[in-house]
Amino acid sequence: MGVEGIGARVARKEDRRFVTGAGRYVDDMVVPGMKHAAFVRSPYAHADVKKIDVKAAEAMPGVIAVLTGKQLKGDGIGNLICGWMIHSKDGTPMKMGAWSPLAVDRVRYVGDAVAIVVAETKGQARDAAEAVEVTYREKKAVVDPARALAKGAPQLHPEAEGNLIYDWEIGDGKAVDAAIASAAHVTRLHIVNNRLVPNAIEPRAALGHYDKAEDHFTCWTTSQNPHVARLVMSAFYNVAPENKLRVIAPDVGGGFGSKIFIYPEEIVCLWASKRTGVPVKWVADRTESFMTDAHGRDHVTEVEMAFDKDNRITALKVDTIANFGAYMSLFSSSVPTYLYATLLSGQYNIPAIHANVRAVYTNTSPVDAYRGAGRPEATYVLERTMETAARELGVSPAELRRKNFVTQFPHQTPVIMAYDAGDYAASLDAAMKAADYAGFSERKKAAAKKGKLRGIGMSCYIEACGIAPSAAVGSLGAGVGLWESAEVRVNAVGTIEVLTGSHSHGQGHETTFAQLVAQRLSVPLDTVSIVHGDTDKVQMGMGTYGSRSGAVGMSAVFKALDKVEAKAKKIAAHLMEADEADIVIENGELKVAGTDKKLPWFQVALASYTAHNLPAGMEPGLKETAFYDPSNFTFPAGCYICEVEIDPDTGVTEIVQFVAADDFGNIINPMIVEGQVHGGIAQGIGQALLEGCRYDPASGQLVTASYMDYTMPRADDLPSFKVSTSNTPCPSNPLGIKGCGEAGAIGSPPAVINAVTDAIGDNDLTMPATPLKVWTALKAATRH
Amino acid sequence: MYSLNYHRASSVADAVKLAKKGDDVKYLAGGMTLIPAMKTRLSAPSDLIDLGHIGELKGIKVSGKNVTIGAGTTHAEVAANEKLKAVCPAVSDLAAHIGDPAVRHKGTIGGSIANNDPAADYPAALLALDATVVTNKREIAAAKFFTGLFETALKDGEIVTAVRFTAPAKAGYEKFRNPASRYAMTGVFVAKGKANGKDDVRVAVTGAGENGVFRSKEIEAALSKKFDAAAVEGVKVPSKNLMSDIHASADYRAALVVVMAKRATAKANS
Ligand SMILES: Cc1cc2nc3c(=O)[nH]c(=O)nc-3n(C[C@H](O)[C@H](O)[C@H](O)COP(=O)(O)OP(=O)(O)OC[C@H]3O[C@@H](n4cnc5c(N)ncnc54)[C@H](O)[C@@H]3O)c2cc1C
Repeated sequence: MGVEGIGARVARKEDRRFVTGAGRYVDDMVVPGMKHAAFVRSPYAHADVKKIDVKAAEAMPGVIAVLTGKQLKGDGIGNLICGWMIHSKDGTPMKMGAWSPLAVDRVRYVGDAVAIVVAETKGQARDAAEAVEVTYREKKAVVDPARALAKGAPQLHPEAEGNLIYDWEIGDGKAVDAAIASAAHVTRLHIVNNRLVPNAIEPRAALGHYDKAEDHFTCWTTSQNPHVARLVMSAFYNVAPENKLRVIAPDVGGGFGSKIFIYPEEIVCLWASKRTGVPVKWVADRTESFMTDAHGRDHVTEVEMAFDKDNRITALKVDTIANFGAYMSLFSSSVPTYLYATLLSGQYNIPAIHANVRAVYTNTSPVDAYRGAGRPEATYVLERTMETAARELGVSPAELRRKNFVTQFPHQTPVIMAYDAGDYAASLDAAMKAADYAGFSERKKAAAKKGKLRGIGMSCYIEACGIAPSAAVGSLGAGVGLWESAEVRVNAVGTIEVLTGSHSHGQGHETTFAQLVAQRLSVPLDTVSIVHGDTDKVQMGMGTYGSRSGAVGMSAVFKALDKVEAKAKKIAAHLMEADEADIVIENGELKVAGTDKKLPWFQVALASYTAHNLPAGMEPGLKETAFYDPSNFTFPAGCYICEVEIDPDTGVTEIVQFVAADDFGNIINPMIVEGQVHGGIAQGIGQALLEGCRYDPASGQLVTASYMDYTMPRADDLPSFKVSTSNTPCPSNPLGIKGCGEAGAIGSPPAVINAVTDAIGDNDLTMPATPLKVWTALKAATRH
Repeated sequence: MYSLNYHRASSVADAVKLAKKGDDVKYLAGGMTLIPAMKTRLSAPSDLIDLGHIGELKGIKVSGKNVTIGAGTTHAEVAANEKLKAVCPAVSDLAAHIGDPAVRHKGTIGGSIANNDPAADYPAALLALDATVVTNKREIAAAKFFTGLFETALKDGEIVTAVRFTAPAKAGYEKFRNPASRYAMTGVFVAKGKANGKDDVRVAVTGAGENGVFRSKEIEAALSKKFDAAAVEGVKVPSKNLMSDIHASADYRAALVVVMAKRATAKANS
């Protein structure tokens, strides 16, 4: 590695503008004549809309228009869709209820939009939004997914009888039942995976601009995948054909999945711009973000794990109910199926697995992918069960895991995935050593002397990144391919632009992608610029989620670089009258190996554009495009160990140690990887101890609608993490990268809860393990 | 935020005069409570009278054991004042742990007590210190000042000008923070002073009571026997009349009152 190339701890190029407040976000965008929007939202979780009276609002100062769902439908704007088809086990397709961008006759969750007000100022738009008189007839609401399935529950959509979207299964149920019946031991658990609010630091925003002269739309939006947004808005919502719609996702302040999806607001702003003739901007406030960003997780699961007399796992049976909220968000259907159940083999040899998943409508915000998407839920089910099994069997949790580890690769699991490489024992050993696992009992004694309860817990996770190959995901129901694209554009002076279909909203692509180019073409990092986030600049791409930008996005850059390098070598060989095979690229020069003949990089670039002296038949220019479609998922894996001390007087859990030993394959920038792991663990600890989205069960009101009640992790909630990596390179992509963006959030919650339950001796604790819950559990234990 | 008229008062008298004009007038001090409420449109005054530039409301005077804190004094100033720290470090310590640095540099003692958030810290100190709230019209004993959730004895247009108390021999404050808001989910201020020449132990609890700040008879009784953390051990505080919400049940709060009292007493004795 050089000081700037692959493996170097290069400081992030983009951070200067971010930390000096010079980033440019959607809310910074100003278009001449731009006006401001506010949405009128339902205060009820479930109600019929009887009447919308806009007269008073229209007469308010500064108001340009008040538009409703009827007008939207009248203009032919389509319903929102879920882009991944899942079939129930009886063969019927999933039951998708209609989701109009502006509700017409029924609202189904608190925050459901019914009208948009466009006015001169944001304040005027909000004033007028309050003056829109909507007559609702309130209906009974249901927020709990199990209750929504019960007889007599309020019904959300006529399309989905009993609120059931699908009843899906994977695996061999008969084999699993047989194995459970003849098992030496069965561990059974009821597991709740708590609902989370994504809380990106930048709220969602959209600026729609219809240019009448050109008959062309531009949409600035907080998106992780602007091309997919354009595709979906043109193909399904009839906003405009793709060639007449430009989508720009400029600097985006965090997404964590919540900005993958196409929401009502961007569609409505574009449509409203055409209706009113003015550009229309909307920026969510924090309350709107809490209410209407797609939430994450929210599973209820029954699990059974069977062991033989040697403590080898013989079967796993999982029955999950997934809360989808009021409408099916863009990729919601894939999360508790192919991103969840396919990971239920974990790091273990499990001969038989069966998972049943029921997806359910409730009167809550839609639920979709959130950092990890399905894989944290799978890991939580599996790793809580493993730890519990070890306790029941009276064996070491580490050794129970080790005994069941997959050690031969490739390994075909019973639930689709074919693991290609890994060394799970290496991560386990590294984590146990870093945590001084052997010294725990001494530390526990010392803590007890101070009146503290100390506990330790681990989690061995595996996840699947990249969400590809396209043919594979297509066969499983995905509505899109999941490849990535890149264009490498060498300028005449040798500087380079890379146009990537990935999107950076905090990941650091401007640095890591440039590091790859700097390494391959031996040019200074400063001469490489990364361009992304604009459908008019960048070729079609699939965007960023599922830790795919490195493994898939950079592999596309790699492929384009192959082509650029080959052409540059041809030109250099021609100019230096040498054999193409003898050209090497080193220190910013193209050299003829074994001679002192050389040309600086810029001269080769210049020669390609002057085209005065190119090999016969060669096209001028030095610019290449590549599309990369992976041949497999990638499988990052690792072991996390958490140690806690609990104050029995108050129920407060302090994380005294947190160790992460990950295998991400090859690493481009260790500093950025560590940052991703730190952030992921912070979110995982947030889920385990602090964050819990709550709706009032009777009224369906969002109880945790602000930071006064929703606990985000703060720096002083977290210890200093001990992170390390080992490396089994990924065999399926040219860079050997597996992906690191979600691991922290996937691996950490079970480690934390395993530690807390170890400390207090109560295994029924649910996330978030707040001081109240821990204190209550301890109190119940002393009463016995 | 709705649009409104902003006035900057130059003196308390000026503020009172300005307050007579609008139809829904509110005083603005640090704005740390009022501005967020206005931004979320929960509060919609027609006129805002800024008290932030009135010199007579600012500053801390300590003479002997007698302390006077101007209503416009920020939490940061209370936390940093050396003279106050010398006679009553518990109050400085309390102020030093309100909110975050931005809140402490804007928020004021007058704003905090006028607002009387049931989870605010100062009300516990004032009640346990038997403090006097001075307004432009009268003097009100703390026990009479805090009347309920977000309710005080202040009349329309009345301005808190200062808080006055006699520093006790010993005092300590400890709070359990709400995990989300970090306000006091249960905060206990213990003070051992003198009344009529005799020892007088007062214990005030904030963040827990259904009616806001209150005195805990049970803990006062225990500490009156012996002003020592161990004396609080095992005391039972009834959970009746304590708040119950998603963060803490009444039972949990009752237990926290005891734990916080213990820790506050240990601090007072250290
Ligand atoms: C993030 C955050 C965290 C916080 N954490 C805590 C905490 O941990 N503990 C805690 O105790 N508080 C906390 N607070 C509240 C903070 O202490 C506020 O500063 C305080 O409650 C109000 O003081 P202010 O000067 O900002 O008043 P303002 O917000 O300006 O006014 C509050 C109310 O008091 C009235 N008022 C103000 N001054 C006077 C006066 N002199 N006479 C009569 N009426 C007056 C106003 O009209 C208004 O109704 C927090 C606030 C924030 C934003």
